[in-house]
Amino acid sequence: MTDEQQPSTGSSACAITLELNGQRRELEVYPWTTLLDLLREQLSLTGTKKGCDHGQCGACTVLRDGVRINSCLTLAVMVDGASITTIEGLADGDNLHPMQAAFVEHDAFQCGYCTPGQICSAVGMVTEGRAHTAEEIREQMSGNICRCGAYPNILSAIETAMSRTQAQLGEDATAAPSANEVRS
Amino acid sequence: MNPFSYARPQQVEEAIRLFQPDSRYIAGGTNLLDLMKENVERPTQLIDITRLPLRGIEETPQGGLLIGALVSNSDLAWCPAVEERYPLLSQAILAGASAQLRNMASTGGNLLQRTRCYYFYDSTTPCNKREPGSGCGAREGLNRMHAILGHSEHCIAVHPSDMCVALAALNATVHVQGPQGERRLPMSGFHRLPGDHPERDNNLLDGELITAVELPAEDYASHSAYLKVRDRASYAFAIVSVAAALDFDGDTIRSARIALGGVAHKPWRDPQAEATLVGKKADEAAFNDAADILLHGAVGFDHNAFKIELARRAIVRALSDAAKGAA
Repeated sequence: MTDEQQPSTGSSACAITLELNGQRRELEVYPWTTLLDLLREQLSLTGTKKGCDHGQCGACTVLRDGVRINSCLTLAVMVDGASITTIEGLADGDNLHPMQAAFVEHDAFQCGYCTPGQICSAVGMVTEGRAHTAEEIREQMSGNICRCGAYPNILSAIETAMSRTQAQLGEDATAAPSANEVRS
Repeated sequence: MNPFSYARPQQVEEAIRLFQPDSRYIAGGTNLLDLMKENVERPTQLIDITRLPLRGIEETPQGGLLIGALVSNSDLAWCPAVEERYPLLSQAILAGASAQLRNMASTGGNLLQRTRCYYFYDSTTPCNKREPGSGCGAREGLNRMHAILGHSEHCIAVHPSDMCVALAALNATVHVQGPQGERRLPMSGFHRLPGDHPERDNNLLDGELITAVELPAEDYASHSAYLKVRDRASYAFAIVSVAAALDFDGDTIRSARIALGGVAHKPWRDPQAEATLVGKKADEAAFNDAADILLHGAVGFDHNAFKIELARRAIVRALSDAAKGAA
């Protein structure tokens, strides 16, 4: 199901601006268009997947200002002005993001449908900085369902990416801190 | 989703002025958009409140915390002041939903989330909450997740929140603002039992907006526990949950708080159950007495009668954990 039908009321399209995968985009969206449908249907960024469309499976996970969210339960019009990163925006040219590389290395998928959401979610989780043990990673990743059951390899991939990121941070003491400092 | 118009006010007063009978305020959207996709909610206007200045967590002059309605569930659970002084609240929030949903969901929206009763969601079945007067599909249907306390012949739905169970135990106060001005509601008087009007989840008036939740300065931090019993280890609604908090005078209980989730249309408390613990030693006999009082009058249905005994055991275990000072 998509929500690209013409409005039957007087509601009109709204102009929004996004920084999408590092590029400024000026877009027109109907108020009822979800961020997921905007990405997939209007912008042909089909890396972000529609699984349940109800916030239960996590396949649609993207990063909003670096924070992982379900794009299926987000109205595009409401993220006006935000920075959105999808699976297409993680790599640096031909260099995979460390989390992507670790997923490949650990064969952390079978069918691959949940993978973009798993990777975006894992990147967001690392930024949150709250998961340290295997048990904590499993708990913090519970919003991403893998029906193939690739969980053991997903866990290994995340652990590998996390340890590499930490090693890098250790080498570079001036690296930016993670975003787990809470606004108050 | 049905088309609707969209407004994005910058100030609370403006948001309230924009409100019309078929409007809905939207913040995280995690429950409202889901319900709109299912045609359960059909607003003609969404008022996006995410730009309102309600994102702060401030100290109150009384030594408590004032939490802005737009503070996300994640930010609240991980706020150092909350983790240190109200660990019960942090634990309860982190026991709910998924990381993504907690990043999106707001404090005010968590209070206003609606039941996950299957019949409420399924518009092909009767539901007095969704369609007053149509009947209740759950009473004679699939009611494993449903209420054992405070239900009515019209509705046996439960409130799904974990956060609210902790807020109830912590005697939080909800600050609201509406066309008639500002007022404050205690958590105990915020949500309603279904009675004859299950379509009304809470006591908010038309157009009223939650602006903040206030936590009083109370020191249960060293002896509290949130226990959630569910069908899988993570990312599932409670079958029964218990927020328990104890304050001690030596080894004698000075005061106690117990709130139950997953068993009623609102977080369930009973002052008598809490009073019975005062002056007693923290032992299983005392905890069982409190559980008896809390569950007095509990009535189950075809598939959820097991919840009564489960709740009894969960209450005793949560109180035991709280007494031990389990983190």
